[in-house]
Amino acid sequence: MLAQQDRVSYAQRAKQKRDVARLWDALGRSLAVVLVVFFSLAPLYWTLITSLKGPLEMFTSPPTLFPHAPDLSNYFQVFQSPFFLPTLRNSALIASTTTLLSLLVGILCAYATARLRFAGRPAVLSLVLSINMFPFIAMVGPLFVLFTGPLYLYNTYGALIIPDLLLTLPLTIWFLNSFFREMPGDLEEAARIDGASRLRFLRSILIPLAAPGVFSVAILSFIAVWNDFLFGLTLTSDEQAQPVTVGITRFNSEHVIAYGQLAAASIVVTIPLVILVLLLQRRIVAGLTAGAVKG
Amino acid sequence: MAIRTEQTAPENMEQAAFAPRRGRVSGRLLPYFLVLPTLLVILAVGIYPMLDSFWVSILDNPLVFHPNIVGLANYFQVLSDPVFQEALRTTLIFTVISVCLEMLLGFGVALLMNRAFAGRGAVRAAILVPWAFPTVVSAQMWLLMYNDQVGIITTLLQRMHLLAPGATMLGSSQGVLLASLITDIWKTTPFAALLLLAGLQVIPSSLYEAASIDGANRWQQLWRITLPMLKSQLLVVLLFRTLDAIRVFDLFYVFGGQSVPSLASYANLKMFAGTPGDFAPGVATAVLVFLIGVVISLVLVSMMRETIKRA
Repeated sequence: MLAQQDRVSYAQRAKQKRDVARLWDALGRSLAVVLVVFFSLAPLYWTLITSLKGPLEMFTSPPTLFPHAPDLSNYFQVFQSPFFLPTLRNSALIASTTTLLSLLVGILCAYATARLRFAGRPAVLSLVLSINMFPFIAMVGPLFVLFTGPLYLYNTYGALIIPDLLLTLPLTIWFLNSFFREMPGDLEEAARIDGASRLRFLRSILIPLAAPGVFSVAILSFIAVWNDFLFGLTLTSDEQAQPVTVGITRFNSEHVIAYGQLAAASIVVTIPLVILVLLLQRRIVAGLTAGAVKG
Repeated sequence: MAIRTEQTAPENMEQAAFAPRRGRVSGRLLPYFLVLPTLLVILAVGIYPMLDSFWVSILDNPLVFHPNIVGLANYFQVLSDPVFQEALRTTLIFTVISVCLEMLLGFGVALLMNRAFAGRGAVRAAILVPWAFPTVVSAQMWLLMYNDQVGIITTLLQRMHLLAPGATMLGSSQGVLLASLITDIWKTTPFAALLLLAGLQVIPSSLYEAASIDGANRWQQLWRITLPMLKSQLLVVLLFRTLDAIRVFDLFYVFGGQSVPSLASYANLKMFAGTPGDFAPGVATAVLVFLIGVVISLVLVSMMRETIKRA
């Protein structure tokens, strides 16, 4: 009798201990989640409220955590500045052109490496991947010499589209390579029996089927080019071709930093990215891990 | 997603290869025609400028019509420049600390997200936000918090007496390094976390079940199952992050400016903010960044080979 009671209370105590452990676990987990989300979004919040502060509130000490009198004047000034809208347009045009070009070239290569067998296939894939890891600063010098001399492209879209292909091609090929490989093989067989050539199969069957993959890789490419700063800084000189990442730094000149306008411009440049991320997070994660993990 | 070095081709491939050729392009040559445009682009835009940078780095002034070859003089000039030595030190410290912390934190976030819980999607969206931002814009956003006039971080640090009144983090080289580290960790931990999470998700749960039946506690499971199973993934992240950190540019361009450059921003300053005679030494610096990257890749890739062999 006594022994049984002992056993029961032992079991109870063990259960209690487990419950306590589980509670701590849940608490720790929630705390970690809150911290991660806070740390991730705090700079965005600070930028947003800084962009909404008027000239007076901007420099109050200590800085206010909520804008007391939200004010859109920073945004008006940003859009009225002579360089912001042109550079924004440059970025959009350069990013879409580069994305299209690298899709055009990359789809062919991804198809060949995914579904055809040929000598040198692994070499092609590792070459494509290693390009992504080059220090781009080392290309800037020779490209500058080339684009200001023999092949005069300095300060044109071409001067950025050409090197930006290096940012998008590896990503496009690796991602589509893994996407094409997962497509069923019977499809191709059936199409070939029906007399379709490989290219025709690629154009009329594989690409339409892989449309979701092509779409996500287009988004990833667009983001990659949109985010370039180094090439934009060194290979263009004014709003004729400068991307917005460089345009934005003009609000932060050597003598004075226009904090409100810098913040407003940052918000304008990043909000499209935030929306893309929220809408397409699953696809982006899939693309990110497919493109980068198969070393 | 696991590392696949050997691509498995669809099974019908052999059959297809023997099927009668119908296209105008001969079937056997077709793959080469398909990869040719990519190879040409990579050759013209990647390999050629990369190799050309070696050539440019031994000229006296590549921007004039007939430059002279000066051998390794540009390298000697750069290597003996105290600013370069400082930039090298800054970059190496930045690389070691940022890569270690990002992998550690990324592993933590990956473990956190590896279990289903309410709000997991929200966490994933939140950590993807910094990843998607242009680095240079992220740097400007953090500058809004680091600066001395409207910055919240400066205000907090001054309140805690970690900074003298009127001082900022960006006033000292350690401060610039710290500011760059924080911003880089904020921006790239998600990348590490998502890659490691992809690795965690392919570890079979039966391993953990068997281990807990055998009485292994969580700590033992972490050391004996998770880490060994994740080893190749960890090495991939290590390689990617290290090569990315060694070429860090945007952060030091914004936070360090002329006074606390990284190797890449030092190279950029030399090329575009110095005299014409500084251009080639700038290129030489960039070549050095490339060579450091090559050494790191060789070491890490040989480590990867070994783990794959052992596995």
